[in-house]
Amino acid sequence: MGNASVVVVRDLVVKYGGRTILDHINLDIRRGEVLVLLGGSGSGKSTLLRHLIGLEKPQSGSIIVKGVDINQCSEAELTQVRRSIGVSFQNAALFGSMTVSENVAFPLLERTRLVDSTIEEVVLLKLAQVGLVHFGAFYPSQLSGGMLKRASVARATALDPEILFFDEPSAGLDPITAAGIDELIVYMKNALQMTVLVVTHELQSAFKIADRLAFLRDQKLVAIGPTDSIAQSTDPWVRQFLDRLPDRTSDDKTELLQQLAERLGVQCPKN
Amino acid sequence: MTGTPAVAIEEIGRSTLGEVEYIGALAVQFWQSLRGIKAINPFALHPLRWRRAIDEMVAAGVGAVPIVALTAFCSGLILAFQGGSELRKLGALELVIPLVAIGITREAGPLITAITVSGRSGSAFSAEIGAMVITDEISVLKTMALDPVQVIVSPKFLALLVVMPCLTVVADLAGILAGGWFVHSTIGTSLWLYMRAALDSLYIRDILSGLMKSIVFATLITQVGCLQGFRVKGGPEAVGRAATSAVVRAIFTVIVADLLFTALFYVVWP
Repeated sequence: MGNASVVVVRDLVVKYGGRTILDHINLDIRRGEVLVLLGGSGSGKSTLLRHLIGLEKPQSGSIIVKGVDINQCSEAELTQVRRSIGVSFQNAALFGSMTVSENVAFPLLERTRLVDSTIEEVVLLKLAQVGLVHFGAFYPSQLSGGMLKRASVARATALDPEILFFDEPSAGLDPITAAGIDELIVYMKNALQMTVLVVTHELQSAFKIADRLAFLRDQKLVAIGPTDSIAQSTDPWVRQFLDRLPDRTSDDKTELLQQLAERLGVQCPKN
Repeated sequence: MTGTPAVAIEEIGRSTLGEVEYIGALAVQFWQSLRGIKAINPFALHPLRWRRAIDEMVAAGVGAVPIVALTAFCSGLILAFQGGSELRKLGALELVIPLVAIGITREAGPLITAITVSGRSGSAFSAEIGAMVITDEISVLKTMALDPVQVIVSPKFLALLVVMPCLTVVADLAGILAGGWFVHSTIGTSLWLYMRAALDSLYIRDILSGLMKSIVFATLITQVGCLQGFRVKGGPEAVGRAATSAVVRAIFTVIVADLLFTALFYVVWP
């Protein structure tokens, strides 16, 4: 497996109404790896993902997917690039008016010229890969959160993409279900040789699935490297994130209590 | 002296630009969805969009028949009462027949249909698309390299283009029948005779102008309803607001368009 980069991000800058969301991001995703993008809430990680899959256009900088700059290329080239990516959104985003099978069949029906019987087989195969073979006839509203995630993976992989993007795969799931999704991601990489980018803030699953980790903080990419070396990192912020320590801005609770007591005009009990 | 007028003018300018931009967006979406209709092919390998168009026709068309007929029947009666109370003074109550026949086919039929369909389907379109926006289903379509306008709007557009003229015919019939009931109970004319008289008073252009209007209304309702849906930002409450503004905007544009077309027909088809 070569180390060629399938996605190359150079000097990506994103601003919304004068506020910088992403500040000169440089990032490579290598073929066949699982890269996990970690960051706190509001760090811009979901925004970065939306740009990587071409849903939004950046102010400056380039995003090159499989050698094609997705913000400069023609419509036909973009279509070609999009056929090689699959996306699993945070809330699964299955089409609510269709059954799970129809959801998985949808990209095949719209984008290929396969006959119905072949499509049925592909749908069964994809559902089997995510362990939902018996749930094809169910509607999304009848499934649990973990099943929805699995179904969205089945749909995202329907056209056999080379690159799979996950937005918060384990958000809102219990630990056991989340572990199942982690396993599924690793399976996608190992068995199907996909390149996977996962955006998350879940440390445990990040360390379990990642080949490399990248940290976003305050709109910047602050650290990127193989999982082992990140675990040994001495960068204070990365340590803080890994050790799950809160920010120390106003931590003096007794002082806060004192102020509150003064306002209310009562005596604060000394401890 | 310095602040307020400048701010007011700025505000007027901004909202004007906003409306101009909105009309531009409507035009772009109209063009895209029109192109998308070409791809709706019942004989395709997977006629997904055709099936969706049929579903939309059933929902927006068949489902609307009772309410459109009832509303048009009431409007026909209202027209007959209002006209009758004046014409009675002239001793020309039988003129209610052409009044109802022409008033319904040219004006009330298409308008009643458009208002009903705005309320039923315009709001449904915007709510459906708005919900798809906030659940990222629209983003999913984009990442599959599918144009959401062609996938979602085009079948709805085709459906309304087919269904609105049909509903208008239903409204025309119901409205004229209501006039028949009025004439039968006042002058005692038989329904058969009334229908003959009503049809005699109609020219084909009366019906055609109504049907042409209904096609324009179908376009406006679909495009405004869907655009309001695509513009949803934020959470579920934004979907509700989109549905409300879709209905208000659709009815407003329908009435403005009705005025323009009525004025046009007044000149070309006197």
